[in-house]
Amino acid sequence: MDKPEKKGNRRDFIFTASYTVGAIGIGATIWPLIDQMNPDSSVKALASTEVDISQIEPGKSVTVLWRGKPVFIKRRTQEEIAEAQSVSLDDLPHPEKDQDRVKNPEWLVMLGICTHLGCVPLSDKGEYNGWFCPCHGSHYDTSGRIRKGPAPTNMEIPKYAFVDDNTIKIG
Amino acid sequence: MSENYVPSSKFGKWFNDRLPLLTLSKHLTDYPTPKNLNYWWTFGGILTFCLISQIITGIVLGMHYVAHADMAFSSIEHIMRDVNYGWLIRYIHSNGASMFFLAVYIHIFRSLFYGSYRSPREIIWILGMLIYLLMMATAFMGYVLPWGQMSFWGATVITNLFSAIPLVGESIVTWLWGGYSVDNPTLTRFFSLHYLFPFLILGLVVLHIWALHVPGNNNPIGIDIKKPSKDTVPFHPYITIKDLFALLIFMTIFAGFIFFAPNILGHSDNYIEANPLVTPKHIVPEWYLLPFYAILRAVPDKLGGVVLMLGSIFILMALPWLDSSKVRSTVFRPLYKKFFWLLVIDVLALGYVGAMPAEGLYLLIARVGTIYYFAHFLIVLPVLSRIEKTEPVPLSISEPVLGGMLKPEMARSDRKDV
Repeated sequence: MDKPEKKGNRRDFIFTASYTVGAIGIGATIWPLIDQMNPDSSVKALASTEVDISQIEPGKSVTVLWRGKPVFIKRRTQEEIAEAQSVSLDDLPHPEKDQDRVKNPEWLVMLGICTHLGCVPLSDKGEYNGWFCPCHGSHYDTSGRIRKGPAPTNMEIPKYAFVDDNTIKIG
Repeated sequence: MSENYVPSSKFGKWFNDRLPLLTLSKHLTDYPTPKNLNYWWTFGGILTFCLISQIITGIVLGMHYVAHADMAFSSIEHIMRDVNYGWLIRYIHSNGASMFFLAVYIHIFRSLFYGSYRSPREIIWILGMLIYLLMMATAFMGYVLPWGQMSFWGATVITNLFSAIPLVGESIVTWLWGGYSVDNPTLTRFFSLHYLFPFLILGLVVLHIWALHVPGNNNPIGIDIKKPSKDTVPFHPYITIKDLFALLIFMTIFAGFIFFAPNILGHSDNYIEANPLVTPKHIVPEWYLLPFYAILRAVPDKLGGVVLMLGSIFILMALPWLDSSKVRSTVFRPLYKKFFWLLVIDVLALGYVGAMPAEGLYLLIARVGTIYYFAHFLIVLPVLSRIEKTEPVPLSISEPVLGGMLKPEMARSDRKDV
């Protein structure tokens, strides 16, 4: 009785080992076919953009393209800053302090993409004097935070830095 | 149909002995078909025509189209203005997609009404639903190729649906795009897949018809019939000529769109080249996706909306097991018949509000419509199919006709009063 059982075990080991090697081989073959669809080197190379902001008047904004996406650079007025800072966090679906969303309160730099399904919101529209997305009706405030509508989160803040007083580097 | 088919010619016999392909020809000739099939049964043939027409015009368009973000839009105009008959071929292709969906919706609702999804035809039904899913994916990617404003923003909104998936959503969207937004890599892969999918559909259609020819056609009274018998007629010439006549009517309507209103089902914003900085004021999908779009927007939660929208399609796959009525055809289910037509109205209403802004009364209708859509399949159908007293079902197709009045003692029924 012992002998055939032992033989069986050896065979099981060979089966398991070959299935494992086969699975790893198939996985290693499929992975390049899947990964080729991820952003390629040329797309990743366009990762940063420098913007001259010296011409922007208070209350105005510019939209620049970064990684194929619009970035809003808004020079906020004192009233807009005050409005953004005075909101109680309890009123926000996605609570974030305005101070945490800006490096310099005068300049709001954010991805101009509605976090619902990716449309570009319209500026100076909506019930909170910020942005309004025409696709499915999301309202954002002067800090780009979601206040009303189907979008789940605030508009995203990209990585950026002030190179000097007149230049912002995004990415 | 005899199993031992022997071709009449010597060459045919030689060939068939080596590859029994000619044996299949009997499925187009003496294949026994219920003799009471009505015109709702002609849409299978019409859909085959639609698929072949889309493949042929699509291959021709692919010879002139350039799949590149900088050139796609102008290559479409090149097709419309410069290519010989390019305008005709493109209008056949773009309106053909709409006609394809029109036919498939009639085909699906015919199955729903006559219980064609019921045992033993579950696999036919599921294959059909897979074809329908692939059709939607193909149509969506095809709509992106002209690289107009609706193409671009439709692609953005639909691919962003995947970002609702917790944790991995964003990575999946980046993977689908091949970048950080819809751009050239997205366009080229959509072109590649848009070319592939119709052939996958063709393969599924072969399986769909194969599965159909195992039990044979359902029929308007939904009973099992003996084949061949006096309840059946040979496929040729009876069904071929009927299908052909229906196809001619269908093609007349199709031609009406192509020559007199080629853009009526499209959106004028798609004649503006894609601009990633400006979203059109009012984004709407193609008409055939509107009911699902209405469901998506009816839910005030991103993930919830996506789940319900996908659920509304996948729930159909479970249909054979949700309906447990003893009678297949809705003809003999008086109460269910009313709910069937309510479902038709519900889907049409969802389609209408899907094209309207998501606010006020439209939003209310979309929400009520969504609730009824799910209630129909999850509550009304399972409950009604168990408790409804159905009307007597004839024993054969010929019996009510040849036997004069329906004889109560001849009929199967759940009712005790007949």
